[in-house]
Parts: sequence; structure tokens; C-alpha cells
Amino acid sequence: MRADQSRATRLTLRTIALLYLGLLVAVPVGMVFYNAFSDGLAAAWASVTTPEAQHAFWLTIVMVAIAVPLNTIFGITAALSLVRGRWRGKTIVSALIDVPFAVSPVVVGLALILVYGRQGWFGGWLTEHGIQVIFSVPGMVIATIFVSLPFVVREVVPVLREIGTEQEQAALTLGASPAQVFWRITLPAIRWGVAYGVILTTARALGEYGAVAVVSGKIVGETQTLTLHVEEQFQQFDLTGAYAASVVLALIAVFVILSMNLLDRRKEKS
Amino acid sequence: MASAPASDVALPRARRWGLVSARPAIAGALATAYLSLVVLIPIAAVLAESMTDGWAGFWKAISAPQAIAAVKFTVIVSAIVVAINVVTGTLIAWVLVRDDFPGKRTVNALIDLPFALPTIVAGLTLLALYGPKGPAPVDIGFTKVGVAAALLFVTLPFVVRSVQPVLMELDREMEEAAQSLGAGGFRVFRSIILPTLLPAIASGAGLGFARALGEFGSVVLISGNIPFKTEVASVFLFGQIESNNTRGAAAVSVVLLVLSFVLLLAVSWVGTRAERHAR
Amino acid sequence: MAIEVRNVSKAFGDFQALDDVSVVVPDGSLTALLGPSGGGKSTLLRVIAGLESADAGEVFFDGTSVSGVAPQHRDVGFVFQHYAAFKHMTVRDNVAFGLKIRKKPKAEIAERVEELLRLVHLDGFASRYPAQLSGGQRQRMALARALAVEPKVLLLDEPFGALDAKVRKELRDWLRRLHDEVPVTTVFVTHDQEEALEVAEQIVVINEGRIEQAGSPEELYEDPATPFVMGFVGPVAKLGEVYVRPHDIDLELEPVDGGYEAQIEHVARVGFEARVEAHLADGAPVSVLVTRHQAAEQELEPGQIIWLRPHRVHEFAVA
Repeated sequence: MRADQSRATRLTLRTIALLYLGLLVAVPVGMVFYNAFSDGLAAAWASVTTPEAQHAFWLTIVMVAIAVPLNTIFGITAALSLVRGRWRGKTIVSALIDVPFAVSPVVVGLALILVYGRQGWFGGWLTEHGIQVIFSVPGMVIATIFVSLPFVVREVVPVLREIGTEQEQAALTLGASPAQVFWRITLPAIRWGVAYGVILTTARALGEYGAVAVVSGKIVGETQTLTLHVEEQFQQFDLTGAYAASVVLALIAVFVILSMNLLDRRKEKS
Repeated sequence: MASAPASDVALPRARRWGLVSARPAIAGALATAYLSLVVLIPIAAVLAESMTDGWAGFWKAISAPQAIAAVKFTVIVSAIVVAINVVTGTLIAWVLVRDDFPGKRTVNALIDLPFALPTIVAGLTLLALYGPKGPAPVDIGFTKVGVAAALLFVTLPFVVRSVQPVLMELDREMEEAAQSLGAGGFRVFRSIILPTLLPAIASGAGLGFARALGEFGSVVLISGNIPFKTEVASVFLFGQIESNNTRGAAAVSVVLLVLSFVLLLAVSWVGTRAERHAR
Repeated sequence: MAIEVRNVSKAFGDFQALDDVSVVVPDGSLTALLGPSGGGKSTLLRVIAGLESADAGEVFFDGTSVSGVAPQHRDVGFVFQHYAAFKHMTVRDNVAFGLKIRKKPKAEIAERVEELLRLVHLDGFASRYPAQLSGGQRQRMALARALAVEPKVLLLDEPFGALDAKVRKELRDWLRRLHDEVPVTTVFVTHDQEEALEVAEQIVVINEGRIEQAGSPEELYEDPATPFVMGFVGPVAKLGEVYVRPHDIDLELEPVDGGYEAQIEHVARVGFEARVEAHLADGAPVSVLVTRHQAAEQELEPGQIIWLRPHRVHEFAVA
């Protein structure tokens, strides 16, 4: 009797979980795909290949191409110094790296305006040198860097802890210089952690909306990324356009998840 | 030592690396500088801006009726969402770990979707089904329920992903021991499993709460941003920034920042405490 | 290459790992650093390798100070307790690592790696990854890797500590033979006195950051400088104020001059010997080794009163 009972419980719980996920995630996401193609494939294609959409797409790529490498270099450097080094202020810096996780995207935007805007702390100096940061691409890049900054550090720190320093010391005694130790021993040993961090950084950088919205000024064809483009099309009642661009972003998201799962299996193996 | 002459110059630097090493300290300084330029100085600027007119100005900004309404609504709706997450998240984690059914891996991957999907798309997604033009027999557009749904969507992974690994490592023998002592299914869950999961649930809930407090992208399309009704704090801030009231926006931002920091501190406190207990 | 450690001290925070240590390791010798864990022997090895810097004192290789020289320029081969295998490289690439760093020609590297793998009995394993090897195989790979660069000194930190008893014994004999084949100055750290006595030509006993004694295995066993060394390198009995090896005690059934009265508690016959556990008049326990023959002849049994007279005692200056 008990076996029957536990089987019934299990089925009930499974049904509830699947229903919840279906109603909250799966069906709504499916609807986006459905809506994007409800006027036919041609209409969807046309709406993601307008000059504005294309520009938004390329601008998004630019954001990612700048933010991800910078945050990756930062992430590896910071992780190495946090795990291997003994320096004053280490614990504080370690805690502060998580700050971007705790800050609303809108507050990020505001914070950047207050520093890099015309009236901001560095505004005078920047204007003097003819550099416009806010309501322009540089500001959007900084906003993207801000929100996606902690991922690589957080992924690499535990891996570095786990591998320890013996392999690096062995390489040193075998005659390797510190640079050779880094490229031949440390980096290969942490590569899956770095890759995971890079994927998360990329996903966040691609999808950021709030922070970028605040500092972009939303100038169509100039400072509009793909996420801003989605919002713009929606507000202009171009629903096919909004949904089609969403599909592009959703496909990237699916790709990200697939890569994460692949890496998970890789990590388990090694 | 054939390689000695060429490396003589690099010697003093190389020496320190193998020892306690100045290099990580230099790397640390560089990383701190980067962190400061992008994150710390801007956050400091928000604090400074909120205090431009002193405490009185700060107090006036955060006690404006519209600000109070927005913050209050945000905190309440986030709390409700987190409460729902605690139940559904634990349940989903349990099903993913202990149950087995075809398509489980896909369902498991689905949990990460709200994280990988841009927030603006998340909002649009819910509108597509539950919005005014959606096929569902409800309309959550411009309602508080809509805001809650958006927050449920984006905070879905937190509790699940925090509970899942703990549940996987959970000692099955402990449960079997309890069963052999005559405890029924629910009793085993309540007195054996739940206490072990509690730190993980709490930390997932805390992270989700912090995320919900600041959420913007997924809410902005659904809420309609009706002041005193569906306007959340971040949307209120956005409006203030657009109308150039940076001072007032900074003050309310500080309130949000303090709330999030307290939550994250609590999460790390729970984490270290749980670690100590596990030993 | 001869190594000389002169007046080296090293502290980690409040913990004094090495306290004014001086040691000489002759060229071509096989030396063991022996002592209890936490006694400072691994730290000394790491200071010699340049992996730790000494707070005070200096290390000389063939009379030249290497104190300012980074580990990668010291020409030492170091073998770590937990192998420090490069997990992302094959056995072949692990062994070739030092040679590639030195930019040797490819053909030469291939030849040398093959030769070394034969030497450590790992030919046929070249394409495997460390995860696919047993503990003993990994340790031999680590040795081959260290030997590949033809170091002037080979340093091994508890090389067999993580292996099970049988493999340990095999590798011990093998290391002994390897040293005859490749007579490079070798220093290894161990906390196992049996290992040190069997393998090493010279033993340096280290305890609480200080050198207790350095000498050949025979010297240490027969002529220990301190009670600690005597107790650490072999069994010891204490008769009144004197220390004595259990087999250096005469067991008599009648009172004798300079004998200590004792009562037998237990007689254990182990192979050729019999170990007699007894206690002295003041209650202090003592154990004596006699031949099985003697035990039978004297009809030793529990409760019996015996007299113990040391025929070879060790007296130490007050420590």
C-alpha cells in the first residue's frame, strides 16, 4: 500500500511541477515563436532585416565583443590574485565583485550618468577632450561591462582553489618561467571554468536591457541594441517585428543553455 | 644552467612569483582599479548624489508619496513572489532529482531559460500568452498579477538551482533510517529532508528577492507603469531619471541598494553558517 | 652536486618551521630527511628547491649561494607527494615538459622521453592521461618528468606517502636501484624510519624545526645522539635512567649485579624472537627481546620475577 501511495505522491508532484513550468515558461516562450511567424516566414524575415534591426543586431555584437573579452581578462586576473595572492583589502574586493548582482539595472544606468555624464564627476574632463560617453556607445559598453562583470571571477575562483598550486610549482622546478606556467599549466587547468564564465557573461551582455536603456538615450539607428529594438517595435505596435527580434534573442538563449549543458558534462568528465 | 644568461634580467621578478609573490598583488591592484572605474566609483556617485541636499533632502525624496508607493509595492510583490518560489522551487528541484520521466533533461534545461533569455523578451513572452491579445482566457496586462508573473519568471532558477545540488548529495540512508523507524513520507520530508534543505532554500530565496527588488526589463512592458498601482521601484526610478530628477532617483536608489545588500549579506551569513554545521 | 644549508630559519606566522638549520648533503649521495610530520623536513626541502624563501640563512649548491635564484633556474628535479601530474597532458607530454621549455629539438625530446619511460617501466603508457594511471604509475611518471631535465639534484617530498604498503615497498627498492643507475644527488623526505633506514645512505633527523642528528643509518641506530633519535629510529626501553634497545638487555632468572627486578606480564613469540613484556618494581613497563630458544629454556611465563641487565646502554647529555 505504501508503494502505491508514494507512487501517487510522485505523480502528483511531477504533474504540478510540469504544469507550473509549462504555464510560466514553456508555453509563453512557444507563443513568441508562434506570434513571430503568424504572418508567415517572409514577414518575420523582413522585420528582422530592416536597417534598424540590422543596426541593432550589429551594435549588440559590438557590446559583446568589447565587454566579454575585457571581463574575461579581468575575471582571470582577479581570480588569480584573490586565490593566489596575499594582499591587503583582498576580502573587501572579493565581496565588492558581487556588487553588480545586487544592483538594479536602472540604478546602474543612473550611477554611470552621475560619473560619466556631462554633469558627472568625470564629465568636465571628458567633454574637454571631446569624448561623449552617456547617450552614446561607450556608455552602453560600460553599462554592459558593469552588469556582466562578476561571472568569470565567480566561475574561475573555485576551480583555481581546487587545482591548488602543486602543478604550478612542479612546472617552475622544471624550468618554466611564470608566463610559461600561466599559459601552459594554469590556463589549461581552468579552461572549462573560464568557458562557462564566458558563456554566462555573453548571455548577460547580449540580453541587458535596463542599464543600457538608461544610458543609451534610445536613438533609433544609433544607440539601439537588439533588446532596445524589441521594446521600440513593441511600443510602435509592430508586434511581428518585436516578436521576430525576440526569437533571434531566444534562439541565442537556447544556444547558450545547450553550451552550458555541454560544458557541464565536460567538467564532470575531467 | 645553459639558460642562465638570458634570464638574468628577469630574475628578481621571477623569484617573487614562486614565493609569496608581488605579482598577485599587482594583478589585484589592476583588478581593483577596473572594478572601481566601472562599478565602485559610479555606486559612490549615487550615494554622494543622494546626499547633495543633506539628510533632509534625502528624506524628502524617499518620502514622496509616489516613491513610497513604488517601493512598498516592489517589496510586497517581491515577498509574495519569493514565498511562491520557495514552494514551487523546492518542489521542482525534488521532482528533477528524485523523479524520473522521459524528457527530464529538457525540463532541467528549461530552468535556465529565464536566466539566459533577455528580460525584455521575458516580459514580451508572458504578454504573448496572457496579455490582452493573447489566447489565454485571462488578461494580466497592466495588473499587479502581471508584475508578479514577470517576477516569478525571472526568479525561477534561484531556489531550484540552489536546492538541487543539496538534494542530490543528501544522504539517502538518513531517510531510510527514518522510514525504518516508522516515519511516513510526509513526516520524513518535514523532519529529515526539509531541515537539511533549509539553508539552500533560504539562500536561493534571498538571491531571488534581491533580483526581484531591482528587476526592470521584464516588468516594464507588462506593468503599464501606473503610478500608485503597478509601478515598481525600478520603473519609478527610470521615470525620474528621464525627467532629470537625478537627486530624487539617487535617494530611492540608495534605499534599493541597502535592501539588496542586506539580503546578500544575509545569504552569505546563512552560507557560512550552513558550511560550519556540515562539518 | 653537493648541497649545503647554512643557518636557515623559516617561520609561517607564529609557527617556527625551521630554526637555525645547517646540513651538508655530499655530492651523489642519497639522503633522507626523517622526522615526525610538522617537524620542518618538507619546508627544508622546499627551501632547497627555492619554492620557499628562507627568513635567514643561505643554501649553497657546490659552494655557490643560490638564495637569490628562482626555482626555475636552480636545476633541481622536484617530486611532489601528490605527484602534481599535469592533468591536461598525456604521460608523454608530462615527461617532455621540461625539455620543451628548454626548446630541445623534437627528435631529441622523443628519444629522451622514450628512454625515461622505459627506465620507470611506463613504456606503453605514453599516450595515457594521468587520470588513467594508478598511484604508483603516476609517481613514477612524476619521477621521469623530474629526471628528464637532467637535474643536478633530485628532491622528493614524501614520495611514497600516498601509496599503499605493497606498492610503497616495491618503489622503495626501485628508487634504491635507480640511484645506482642514475647517481644524481638525491634528497627525500619521509616520516617512516624503516623507509629511511632501508633506502638512504645518509639520514638527517629533524624535529620541531631543528636537526637532531645527521649520519649513516648505522650511526643513527647504534649511536643515537638524543633520546628522540633513539626512539624515532627504533624500539627503545628505559631501565631507570638509561636508554637501551630491547635486544641489548640480558634476561636472568637470578639476581645479578646492576640488574633491575621486573615481573613478566606477557610473552609473545614472533617467529624467531620472543618479546617479553614486563614491568619494573616502580611499575614502569619495559619490553625485552630474547631468542625463542632462550624463552623456551628459561620457561618464561607471566607472573615470573626476572632480572634485567642492559649490556649496551645509551646515556645522553641532559637535554
